[in-house]
Amino acid sequence: MKVMTMVNAINDALDVKLSEDQRIVVYGEDVGVEGGVFRVTEGLQQKYGAERVFDSPLAESGIVGTAVGMAIAGLRPVVEMQFCGFIYPAMNQLISHVTRMHNRSRGKYRVPMVIRMPYGGGINALEHHSESMEALFGHIPGLKVVVPSTPYDAKGLLISAIESDDPILFMEPKRIYRAIKQEVDEGRYALPLGKAKVVQEGTDVTVVAFGAMVREVQKAAELAKERGVSMEIIDLRSIYPIDRETIVNSVKKTSRIMTVSEGPSSFGIGAEISQIVLEDAFLYLDAPPTRVAGFDTIVPLPRGEHHYMQSPLKILYEVEQIVNY
Amino acid sequence: MFEENHKTYFETITVLDQDGAIVNESLMPDISDTDLLKAYKELLFARTADLQIVSYQRQGRIYTYPPNFGQEAVSGAAGVVMTDHDWLVPAFREMSAMLAKGVTLKEYFLFFMGYEDGSNFKNASRVLPISVPIASQLLHAAGIGYALRYQKEPGVVFTYVGDGGTSEGDFHEALNFAGVWKAPVVFTIQNNQYAISTSTRLQTASDSLAVKAMAYGIRVERVDGNDFLAMLKAYQEAVKCCNEHNGPVLIDAVTYRRGAHTTSDDPSRYRTKEEEDAWALKDPLRRLNLYLTAKGLWNDALEEETVIRFKGEIDAIFAEAETYDAYPKEDVFKYMYVEKPDELARQEQHYDAFLKWKEANESTINMSHS
Repeated sequence: MKVMTMVNAINDALDVKLSEDQRIVVYGEDVGVEGGVFRVTEGLQQKYGAERVFDSPLAESGIVGTAVGMAIAGLRPVVEMQFCGFIYPAMNQLISHVTRMHNRSRGKYRVPMVIRMPYGGGINALEHHSESMEALFGHIPGLKVVVPSTPYDAKGLLISAIESDDPILFMEPKRIYRAIKQEVDEGRYALPLGKAKVVQEGTDVTVVAFGAMVREVQKAAELAKERGVSMEIIDLRSIYPIDRETIVNSVKKTSRIMTVSEGPSSFGIGAEISQIVLEDAFLYLDAPPTRVAGFDTIVPLPRGEHHYMQSPLKILYEVEQIVNY
Repeated sequence: MFEENHKTYFETITVLDQDGAIVNESLMPDISDTDLLKAYKELLFARTADLQIVSYQRQGRIYTYPPNFGQEAVSGAAGVVMTDHDWLVPAFREMSAMLAKGVTLKEYFLFFMGYEDGSNFKNASRVLPISVPIASQLLHAAGIGYALRYQKEPGVVFTYVGDGGTSEGDFHEALNFAGVWKAPVVFTIQNNQYAISTSTRLQTASDSLAVKAMAYGIRVERVDGNDFLAMLKAYQEAVKCCNEHNGPVLIDAVTYRRGAHTTSDDPSRYRTKEEEDAWALKDPLRRLNLYLTAKGLWNDALEEETVIRFKGEIDAIFAEAETYDAYPKEDVFKYMYVEKPDELARQEQHYDAFLKWKEANESTINMSHS
């Protein structure tokens, strides 16, 4: 066991996989010499050489599109998008090829690749560096979308993502890259993809969150407890596929469902989870589903970001609304 | 060829002129008469199949189809050069190269008849499915090229794009990535003068498409794409370049799409009969036919007899394709993921329930109101 931040844990996962699988190559903008703008890949080029860990030209479509070719030809590329807000030039490759080649070729060609990408707000960044567009990616058939919320999960989920034969978008909540330290197992361990985790058991309301929002919900739960409300917290860990069973089982117990996410509210994760609950636990509900999410606006620049971001107090307010419905 | 000098940006290489005469002996490709005759027959087969497909489409027996008519020499010459080690990353007008790589004509038919199975090339390795989003496939070729180098495997990647595709960002990113990586990739521009209706002069202010290679530090040759011998020579030299780690290379193959963009297109809206007639005289098969005939290796009677035989074979393959199995419902869900998510399985079960209900109730429902 070793105490690690999420940055350390992701670096460790890459290290573990690079050391045991020659097919893995890691590349993207500034990931080689510098070790990435967040230092997630620090030291890996020195250890594994510039053929396996390298700086690519600055072009997102190029990074993702070449990874498709490498994956088809037998490698297992793990590429980095520097920020979620910069992935859009690669959307054509992502939607038209990464996620379709296996189906298009009727299984002849697999595309085992991972796109790692920091996302989310709360770091006082300029435009294009704070968005949380998981719903956009969850909507792409053929893609699996993973989001860890702790260092331990980040390592185990990334190892599973790299070992998966399906393409994976691995969204990293950069706000908590270094905010949480945790004991993490050394060496290889894998966590199942598509499985949520009940972070805290409770009786009054089920609150589903992922990434950096899990910690905010946990803080809100402490406040709620003092006011006599018991929250059950689910960390989704996977946007697609979504763990229907864990959500539904929880709602059958608490009779209330609330989602907390950073992305724009409309057509978001909250809507999807509401629908799941309405389909499978309609008769158990004591209140309409609540979604706590970003506005349908662009994330404001740092001085205005506090209006947009979900905070423990905002979550507490919404929890009180739903339990008193 | 592919020397590092500026002539290659603007001068077009021709070996065989439009009258079937050799005009550049020093650039004759390395090919025996027997193999050249075989290659001609393969071009003729591809052309006959291509024209037959257009007629099947007119009969409503196949969906929208993008004809290869007039451009056969471009990918056909690659077909002669490619080995089992090599990869083919096509756009959608490379029938000759696909067949040469082992894709069956039946599979090619099935694709345009609306079956994904037509892209699961059972007997052909290292061929990617037809790619429709323009220029996007070039990046896959660059990535495969990187993988070949990384794995220390022999092989060259052959990939294609149209003249319109040179305006796409992915074209530039692919040349740039492949250039930085020294990837063994032969990029060919099927410079057929039109992107659907838009002429090449509206795509770029450059005096040629070949000149774009200069910006990426890669070697290039501008070749008469209707000259099979020049294309063959270019591919032979391009492979040599890649094997000597002087790849990637770009070939600007100047050709003409004699047919429509697809069977849904009407070229009379954007080009003249005079222009089409002028290009017909430069047709690649006509040129090779004249050359082989002058050498005593071919004649009109053989041509006629061969085309009739090919038509029979092609019709038989098409008839067989038309009896292809119904599209199994399972196939819709089976291939989206290697490891199928529960959610997708749930959706399939829901659809099964509908199918069961439909079978039980269909006869009792009056569909005339719908």
